[in-house]
Amino acid sequence: MADLSFVRTDMLPDQPAPLGETGVLRWLRTNLFSSIPNTIITIAAIYAVYFTLSHFLPWAIQPSWTKTSMRDCFDSVEVTGACWGVVTERFNQLMFGFYPPDQQWRIMLTVVLMLAAIAPVLFDKIPRKALVFSAIYPFLAFWLIWGDSVWAPAMVMAGFVIAYYIIKFLNPVAGAIVGITTAVLVAVIWWLYAVVPVSIFINNIIPIELDIVKSREIGGFALSIIIGVSGIALSFPLGVILALGRQSDMFIVKVLCVGFIEFIRGVPLIALLFVASTLLSFFLPKGTSFDLLLRVVILVTLFAAAYLAEVIRGGLAALPTGQYEAADALGLDYWKSMQLIIMPQALKISIPGIVSNFIGLFKDTTLVSIIGLLDPVGLTLAIRGDVDWAGILWELYLFIALMFWIFTFSMSRYSMYLERKLKTSH
Amino acid sequence: MAMADQNARQGFRLSMLIYDTRYRSLTIQVVVLMGFMAGGVWLISNMLANLEALGKDLGFGFLKVQAGFEIQPQLIEYSSQSSNLRAMMVGLLNTLMVAVIGCFFATIIGVMIGVARLSKNWIISLLMSVYVEMFRNVPVLLWIVFSLAILSETLPKPNDFRGADATATMYLSESIAFTNRGFYIPLPVFGAGSMVVVITFILALVGVFFFGRWSKTRQEQTGDILPNFWIKLAILVVPALIIFFIMGRPIGLDYPALKGFNFQGGLKIGTPFLAILFALVAYTAAFIAEAVRSGIQAIDKGQSEAAFALGLRPNRTMSLIILPQALRVIIPPLISQYLNLAKNSSLAVAVGYIEIMGTIGGSVLNQTGREMECILLVMVAYLSISLSVSMIMNLYNNSVKLKER
Repeated sequence: MADLSFVRTDMLPDQPAPLGETGVLRWLRTNLFSSIPNTIITIAAIYAVYFTLSHFLPWAIQPSWTKTSMRDCFDSVEVTGACWGVVTERFNQLMFGFYPPDQQWRIMLTVVLMLAAIAPVLFDKIPRKALVFSAIYPFLAFWLIWGDSVWAPAMVMAGFVIAYYIIKFLNPVAGAIVGITTAVLVAVIWWLYAVVPVSIFINNIIPIELDIVKSREIGGFALSIIIGVSGIALSFPLGVILALGRQSDMFIVKVLCVGFIEFIRGVPLIALLFVASTLLSFFLPKGTSFDLLLRVVILVTLFAAAYLAEVIRGGLAALPTGQYEAADALGLDYWKSMQLIIMPQALKISIPGIVSNFIGLFKDTTLVSIIGLLDPVGLTLAIRGDVDWAGILWELYLFIALMFWIFTFSMSRYSMYLERKLKTSH
Repeated sequence: MAMADQNARQGFRLSMLIYDTRYRSLTIQVVVLMGFMAGGVWLISNMLANLEALGKDLGFGFLKVQAGFEIQPQLIEYSSQSSNLRAMMVGLLNTLMVAVIGCFFATIIGVMIGVARLSKNWIISLLMSVYVEMFRNVPVLLWIVFSLAILSETLPKPNDFRGADATATMYLSESIAFTNRGFYIPLPVFGAGSMVVVITFILALVGVFFFGRWSKTRQEQTGDILPNFWIKLAILVVPALIIFFIMGRPIGLDYPALKGFNFQGGLKIGTPFLAILFALVAYTAAFIAEAVRSGIQAIDKGQSEAAFALGLRPNRTMSLIILPQALRVIIPPLISQYLNLAKNSSLAVAVGYIEIMGTIGGSVLNQTGREMECILLVMVAYLSISLSVSMIMNLYNNSVKLKER
């Protein structure tokens, strides 16, 4: 009886996994067709994509890149949809506005140098000495873009250098307060009274000049980048100061900072741009009139700084109190503890917010078209006003949208990279 | 001891204002305040001098002057004979209209997209990511002009609806027409006795509220769950419908119809309004979707696992466990998105929808030449909108916030 029972003594060979559980089929089953509603949704989505593309692609893929006017596209037999000729023909204008064509290398050079200037800020593998060029760059860029004598921006920069050396030599001798006060005073006096005569004098001896370009000739993406980058660069220190002021124990400082931040954040940028275009000159001494572009940059900077301050404040608030207390316990004074302990951590926490702020600012530069500057959106009107391109619409908008998308999307990817790189927790 | 005596004897020295931390903050504050006031005085005196040089004065008397321009749409009665103040109010209401409707739809679409982006269905989550990245990374002004172009270029003209060989048709049994001048939809007309229906409906709303409370108490006591949604729907609809038919159908619809070159009757929703609304909704929804996604992802996985362990179904897990916690994370960014939408509505100037920026900051400013006052009024209007929205939403945020004791 006992030998009727049967126990297998050897192992069965492994069966291959069922067809639906491996490779492509498994992926399809779990990701697209996991249940009946899911299958319906998948099929509907695929149809929607197909529908959109089947209408868009035949319109978009056209041999019209070399056409020179709307009429050309209409007359041509093979062009049945988009007239991309406008992008080729007006590419220069969309990039540089009405910047003199023979001078456009200056803008290109400025952009290339900009990459060189921000590289040491963004990537820490580059030697620190390169930061000197980053410091020189704003003045160089100003000269390259607007032209005229190189000595004026150089002398303005010299003011900063003088102030730096005064602080460096006077601080150990006479203390920080005396040093900083003297430096600021000397620099202001230098800028007010010495820059103009000295730069004219040097220019007479060694003339290095570029053709003057007026602000209203600058347009297109060059304008967006100028406003965006200078707004970003200038708003950063201001934003940090405002954030610190808002977290400060000093009542008056705090109230002023909160008031400023809430005021700017409560008002749309377009209202501030109207202030730049119509009101700002009222608040300055009689007879001062400066460039609309400069006024716009000032207001954009204030705007961006208020938003940035809120982001950085979030980072400051997120730091555990222990960090502040530890800094105090080490005997660091306020500025030292901020510089060495608090800010590096707070800024790291707020990187995603800071970058999305910058992206927002760059996108908001399109609003200047409403006050009449010729950024890409403003240029669409100018281009459509031309007889050759009257009635062009989608091609221009799509091209501009694509350009903005490339800029902002790569910025947001960079912020993700930065987050990963700076992540120190596990 | 001797040191302390010496210090006490020396008393207050001027240098302590800078080197003694007890006084230093006071010094800094005084210096800052003086600097601020000096700057303010400088700016204002400049402004007064400049205004004087131009022969202008400051004053809001111009608000009483006849406006002399038309505004479409208008929520309160307004004609070109009305005052500038009235024009400003019409503009303010138009801003609020686009902001409120925009926030409403942006929230619905944003939440749907945010949840769909987390879907296990690969193609859905991919499409939603494409949507979010597409809308977030292109300037809103471009979307606004783009949506105006789509509405006014691709939709048929009113003329196309006419005649035997009409190229365009109305939808839903001749009641809705999409034209490039705007959408025409039926307008409810309240006849005699319609008040009774409306009052019934409002009472039903109150009834739903009390039913909800009763049902919750009952659930807490007995553990039974009623089909709340269907009962609430019935309370809301059935009595109102009965009264509606008893009173002899007092609420009718005024259908739009083609007369002459344009549609007459019904409710016209103008193209500029639709353009700004569509663009703002689509743009803001992308940001809200991101807030919702990150809010849901911020909830620890253990929470949903615990809910499953308790035997809750997936949809109950979502509504009872995940969403209430995710809301705490979602609401602060949601507030700022609402504020952004309200502020971005000022871009309506680009498509010709007349709101506060187009009235007081546009036509009135151009006609009276009073930049200072007009832009001040615009800023005050936006500031009060922003501050009141953020106040209300902060109150709500405090009510759902994690109570730490």
